[in-house]
Amino acid sequence: MRSKLDLELVSVTKRYGTTVAVNAINHLFHHGSYVCLLGPSGCGKSSTLRMIAGHESVSEGAILLGNTDISQMPPARRGTAMMFQSYALFPHMTVLDNVAFSQKMKGIDKATRHKKARELLELVGLDTLADRVPAQLSGGQQQRAALARALITGPEVLLLDEPLSALDPFLRIRMRSELKKLQQELGITFVHVTHGQDEALALADEVVVMNNAVIEQAGPAREVFNAPKTEFVARFIGGHNVIALNGKRFALRSDRVQIAPGADGGLETAVASVEYLGTHVSLGLVGPGDTAINAMVPEEEFFAKPLEQGSQVRINWHERDLHPLAQ
Amino acid sequence: MSSQDQTAPRASLTSAATPGTEAGKPSLARRILSDGFSSWALALPVTLVLAFFLLAPIALIVVVSFWGSTSFSIYPAFIFDNYEYLLGSQVTYSVFLQTLKFAFLTWAITLVLGFTIAYYLTFHIHSLTWQIVLFLLCTIPFWTSNIIRMISWIPFLGRNGIANQSLMNMGVIDQPLEWLLFSEFSVTLAFVHLYTLFMVVPIFNTMMRIDKSLIAAARDAGANGFQILTNVVIPLCKPGMMIGSIFVVTLVMGDFITVRFMSGSQIANMGRLIQNDISLLAYPGAAATSVVLLITVLIMVAVMLRLVDIRKEL
Repeated sequence: MRSKLDLELVSVTKRYGTTVAVNAINHLFHHGSYVCLLGPSGCGKSSTLRMIAGHESVSEGAILLGNTDISQMPPARRGTAMMFQSYALFPHMTVLDNVAFSQKMKGIDKATRHKKARELLELVGLDTLADRVPAQLSGGQQQRAALARALITGPEVLLLDEPLSALDPFLRIRMRSELKKLQQELGITFVHVTHGQDEALALADEVVVMNNAVIEQAGPAREVFNAPKTEFVARFIGGHNVIALNGKRFALRSDRVQIAPGADGGLETAVASVEYLGTHVSLGLVGPGDTAINAMVPEEEFFAKPLEQGSQVRINWHERDLHPLAQ
Repeated sequence: MSSQDQTAPRASLTSAATPGTEAGKPSLARRILSDGFSSWALALPVTLVLAFFLLAPIALIVVVSFWGSTSFSIYPAFIFDNYEYLLGSQVTYSVFLQTLKFAFLTWAITLVLGFTIAYYLTFHIHSLTWQIVLFLLCTIPFWTSNIIRMISWIPFLGRNGIANQSLMNMGVIDQPLEWLLFSEFSVTLAFVHLYTLFMVVPIFNTMMRIDKSLIAAARDAGANGFQILTNVVIPLCKPGMMIGSIFVVTLVMGDFITVRFMSGSQIANMGRLIQNDISLLAYPGAAATSVVLLITVLIMVAVMLRLVDIRKEL
């Protein structure tokens, strides 16, 4: 199901000298979806975003928005807008002038552009602070201002470069739900770069996991989490164990590890650590060949039969919870 | 963990914060320090230096400017003769205008040059090493005395100098250009040569602090190169431009040696007026001129500081 506003990367490559930052990646971003580019630092996710935005040249390949190749266009003509990691608000302008900046560049008169900017500020709930300068705003307010400034251009695709990384944990959770709500209201594509898997899972319709300049796995958040295809994805997305059985490697979710003393099958392990996490207890187990295994046991279940550090325990799992990994 | 374990580090912290109480009562040194005496004591040396080397000489100049003088003596008095003579003379006003003209021309040219050089270093040189190398290159002329740098213009600009010779050889001119040396042109040229770096340094300093993502954000919003310059770079460089302007204007306003050498003693400015009086031992007159010049420069600096807030640069 393709719409005419889909964003497509066609074997997009970025080279810096001899290093390859992004290696011939292909991906289709469906219009109106919230996509998270997830990966460790240096994996090429930021370069990819900056190439889509036009702040980085494309070494090879094409970027299509609808049927147009936008890869050679100047940033402002692409139909994309970018929200920068540090927000990049102009420190010498009021919030209102910051938001109205792109309209000023187009030569739109002051009254018209200020009216439009006020509408956008209202959308992000910042209309009362329009006359302040960025230094007088909190982190969350600066983020809203940056959001309003990006949205005033009426983009089809909003590109967000680690938008929540500058915020404290509480604010981060609040702002992420606001981002999601805004995306649903506007119905445009959001491409959000992050290295936090919880952020990606919470926000994304589609998660694109990148590593070493390529896409390791892409798909709906639930699919990626429940069935990681590679060891890297299983480890990076969190909440998984990678265990070797009969010479093959499998991913096993921590919360699907069953503590079954005395049962047959499974693995014999020793308890190395016990951490109480509120709803769950996290058990650090050491299996044969020093395999580290993490088990998340519901709190009630654990305290019905508490285990101590150093005790031996046999673990088990359902066959359907084992996901074979690409070798 | 027991509660005792938790309080132990806190107890040791409090005792560490007030070691003076360990002996039972605070020591004398500590008591004096805690009275705020220490902050006064620390400020004392610089206060003395400033009082002795800055405030006292200025006060002395102001006092002497009211003294009287004859052609062979000076005597303490409180008379306004020096000021009356200075402000009543048409020469003073034309010299004053000439001084302002040099200040304005030098300011305008060094500002454009300084901004351009700083812009090139900041936005067109991408490696830090090359930025440092090129910046040091700008400072190399400052490794010699400014008088030597000034004098070296003379054989270059003279009637039979390199500039005139080359132009005539190229067939651009038939006659040597007379205005190249010992003219307003040569004075301004020497000023620009001497003081451009004072403009480059503060502007380069502010410009390097501009977050590069601001430029990307402006481009993302559709600004072209010129719009980025006028809407983002120049407004954010204003403090540096202002600091450089204060340097250049005050230096040019107070200069006398450049004007003397480069004009071949044919052009006068306020500094040369003062120097003339001093060489005639007419100290009261020199002092009165100095006071007028000082007040003028202070007013100019005050106006510049009102225009741009430089506090965040200091």
